[in-house]
Amino acid sequence: MEKFDIIIIGGGPAGLNAAMRLSNMNYKTLVLEKEKVIGGKLNQWDKLFPDFTPAIDVLKYLTENIKQENTQISTSTSVTKIDKSDNLWKVTDSNNNEYLADAVLITTGFDVFDARRKEEYGYGIYPCVITSVDLEKMLETGTINFPIETSDRRRRIAFIQCVGSRDEKSGNHFCSRNCCICAVKQAIEVKEVVPDSDVYCFYMDLRMFGQHYEELYRRSQQEFNVNFVRGRVSEIAPTFDNRVVLKAEDTLLSRPVKMTFDLVVLMVGMNPSEGTKTLSSLLDINDEYGYVVSQDEHVADNLTNKAGVFVAGTCKRQLTVPETMKDADSAAIEIANFLNRR
Amino acid sequence: MIKFGYAPVVSRTLDLDSSDFSLRDELIREVPSYKKCIGCGGCTSTCSAHQHTEFSILRCNMLFRRGKYDVLEKELDKCMLCGKCLLVCPRNVNTRDMIIKMRLLVQHKNKKQ
Amino acid sequence: MDTTMYNPFVMPFAFGVVILFLNLIISFVTWLYNLSKTQRKQVGRHIISWRTLAAIWECLRECLLHRNIFKRNPVLGYMHCSLAFGWSLLIIVGKFEASTYSGSFFTNPWLAIFFRYFEDPSRIFPHKELFTFLMDFLLAVVLSGLLLAVIKRFYSRLMGLKKATRHTPSDRIALISLWCIFPLRLVAESLVAGYRNNGGFLTQSLGNLLAPFNLPIDPIWWAYSIALCLFFIFMPFTRYMHIFTEILLIFLRKWGVVEEDKKTGYTDVELAACSRCGICIDVCPLNTAAKINDTQSVYFIRDIRDNVISHRIINDCLLCNRCVEACPVGIKSTKIRQIYREKKSFENKQYYDYLNPAATGSTTSGNKSPKVLYFAGCMSHLTPGIIDSMKKIFKAAGEDFVFVDEDKNICCGRPLRQQGFLDQANTLMAKNVQLFNSYNAEILVTSCPICYNSFKTEYKDLNIKVMHHTQYINMLIEEGRLQVNHSDKTFAYHDPCEISREENRIFEEPRNILRAAGTLLPLTNEKADALCCGSSLGNTVLSTEQIEDIRNQAMDVLTKDNPDYIVTSCPLCKKTFKKGLRNGPEVKDIAEIIIMG
Repeated sequence: MEKFDIIIIGGGPAGLNAAMRLSNMNYKTLVLEKEKVIGGKLNQWDKLFPDFTPAIDVLKYLTENIKQENTQISTSTSVTKIDKSDNLWKVTDSNNNEYLADAVLITTGFDVFDARRKEEYGYGIYPCVITSVDLEKMLETGTINFPIETSDRRRRIAFIQCVGSRDEKSGNHFCSRNCCICAVKQAIEVKEVVPDSDVYCFYMDLRMFGQHYEELYRRSQQEFNVNFVRGRVSEIAPTFDNRVVLKAEDTLLSRPVKMTFDLVVLMVGMNPSEGTKTLSSLLDINDEYGYVVSQDEHVADNLTNKAGVFVAGTCKRQLTVPETMKDADSAAIEIANFLNRR
Repeated sequence: MIKFGYAPVVSRTLDLDSSDFSLRDELIREVPSYKKCIGCGGCTSTCSAHQHTEFSILRCNMLFRRGKYDVLEKELDKCMLCGKCLLVCPRNVNTRDMIIKMRLLVQHKNKKQ
Repeated sequence: MDTTMYNPFVMPFAFGVVILFLNLIISFVTWLYNLSKTQRKQVGRHIISWRTLAAIWECLRECLLHRNIFKRNPVLGYMHCSLAFGWSLLIIVGKFEASTYSGSFFTNPWLAIFFRYFEDPSRIFPHKELFTFLMDFLLAVVLSGLLLAVIKRFYSRLMGLKKATRHTPSDRIALISLWCIFPLRLVAESLVAGYRNNGGFLTQSLGNLLAPFNLPIDPIWWAYSIALCLFFIFMPFTRYMHIFTEILLIFLRKWGVVEEDKKTGYTDVELAACSRCGICIDVCPLNTAAKINDTQSVYFIRDIRDNVISHRIINDCLLCNRCVEACPVGIKSTKIRQIYREKKSFENKQYYDYLNPAATGSTTSGNKSPKVLYFAGCMSHLTPGIIDSMKKIFKAAGEDFVFVDEDKNICCGRPLRQQGFLDQANTLMAKNVQLFNSYNAEILVTSCPICYNSFKTEYKDLNIKVMHHTQYINMLIEEGRLQVNHSDKTFAYHDPCEISREENRIFEEPRNILRAAGTLLPLTNEKADALCCGSSLGNTVLSTEQIEDIRNQAMDVLTKDNPDYIVTSCPLCKKTFKKGLRNGPEVKDIAEIIIMG
């Protein structure tokens, strides 16, 4: 049974960043990743808001700066069991390997909201309804695939905010924080790929909290003519030519509006990933959604109620990529302190 | 006179598919700052005309954006161009020019018809 | 030589003169015919009065000597003066010379113009030498002016002008023929002098130099005559038409004719009277601060005359009236702009039908006969500091007043009028007159220069004395009803456009107040020469950045000597400066300054 200083569960941005910090401090680190490749959601995004940095650049930076001799990375590995033995944590993986470590860092991240759960939006039913993740894949290829071919019409693309966020009907009371600005970013990218198109964004509130977010929103209006409609889309119906009609209330006009679209992008929210849910319940540190609960949000946000178990990133709550990275930084410091005290 | 018989119920839905966006696009060319409106309603709340009537710059702006110009002719005439809205707008939208150009565009369109 | 005093080369000149006068007669008659009824009445009332004499005097001063241009720019003044005054004296003295020579005033009209050619050098006539000297001297003066004009055309900066006006093709023909006239005359007269020794100090010297070449005389006289002819024919279609139009303009103005809401013959006279000196370009804040250099009055007027006027040129103007102040001809170009901005009304004319009496007017006071009505104005409601200070001042002075627009009133109508919505503006004005006259008050005090200007110059049936709050506060101080404590603070006062140009010159009142309250700093641009803050409601098409450029230019003047306070008396100026100042002096309304002390 091999012993490590620290086992990091989850090889996404948070896990890799913590691995980078800790391995450079010469701690013996193990990273367990359930997918075939490391990188987590960074592999699914094309460019990051608000400055359009390619996600691959962030991933490259992390992998290049991990100190190889101190780090072992094991992919296609998920954790099935975790328990304490003599002041050490014993982690059992899906291949029945067992590892021992002084500390464990949970960075199991999030999954996007399953858009099929909002049936009225017709994801999986109408071919022209896609999610923001699907759109990211298209943007990576540099083309937007419209399900219906046409050449004689200006394309119309709609973004629908808060799909699986701020919605008791889908069980998620929280705001996913990333979707507002992500839709603005994607709207700009769509306009760049298909300049001769009309882009509409249906929103409840636009929460442009981050630095440069408001500026990007302004640019999307000023330079890219993106239209914003304040109102939640209530239903989506197909047309005879296989496009869809959106219905919403234009709350600024107090009038219902409807419009036909070629492509509808659902801005899916963030839910705890399966791994997050499993681990948080295994350790009994889960909240009502399955997120990992930290010890204290203000002063001990990377600690959990289990000594030696640390947490960072979106397995805790909804964070942006830069926030995740910083959270992993502070987790690395907490862990180093913890290991030094031993 | 006693009214009887049937009359079609007119839907209140703004059908954007039937909208004519040409005037809006023209307005965007002439008053680029028009696009920056975030619908906060500051202009409308300070508006002198709004104190006395239902006249709402925000509403005019939104209807124009949605390509619905029918009721605007009557509405836009109520603006007194005093310019208070200009001082309140958080996005520096040139509201006065917007109203003037809207008037001219709507007037021009109605004349053509 | 030719004693018949005729040569075919005089024909182009004669032809040109006839065409010119026909053109002038047609233009003048059309303009006068197109005057409005009121304007014609004005002419009728004043044509036989001292005003006509005053007009003649002004014509001498302005059309010939160009005193106003001299005052602004001596070199440019000399250029205009030498050309206009020199040329007219050349004609007059020449006429006298020819008349003395032939013994009759009614000689062939061309004799004076081509005198040296027809003169028999052996014939002696009174003051012959004096005439010869004078004519050469005048020719030299005109040539010096011409030289300046040529230099100005190519190096406009030398004349202090930042940009010379652009020219159209017909302008070019007239310009080139004008440039040719006097050098050709010089050469023609010199050639004759070379053969006949009848020249003066200039022509004889040049003639002696040219004599050995044995050049033919007639072709150059032909050229001189043709140049004159071309100039006369093209002149009415170019800016040179201002030479004659300015005379008519001065007379009409002296007779009390003013620009009206709609285009009249007088507008055409003003348009044609522009000499395109370009002075308006250099005083325009759009040019000096925001680098917009194609919409100034001179271009606006030129584009109207050339029939290529665009909406942008019409609308891109602050209406700050700095150009009107500077215009040596006194053309009210901003008024003309407003005429050209006129917009058609919607046919249903339903605007403001909500203005029933109950909707407007104060409901706060039952007092229907106060001494003073206070009308803060729309904008002042966004600068509550001004309203608050005014209330305190009224209280301190124990004034019996009613705050008319406390619950917000309708607009004064001037912003609409500036943008050409005449019907609407008149509707609002009528409503306001009704409101003000419903009180039995003596004085109407307003805190907004726009409202003040409107009440003062555009409202016709207002039975109440209108005062801007600077005037009112000054009156209270002078009457001893308001005590102002002198402090050690320094002030830079910004004159708002609406009360510092044309007929509204509220300069001394605010300065008296500020001198009582502290030290008033002198500025490089103040009073009628003050710069616009950039936020003028007159211009709807400026971008935020352009407005900021204009504001910064005005603010540079105000902050130069590091005053403790920038003081103004306009809510719009105050808001504009406040937006621009991060650190440095505080921006205050003059009423707020009084309250501080």
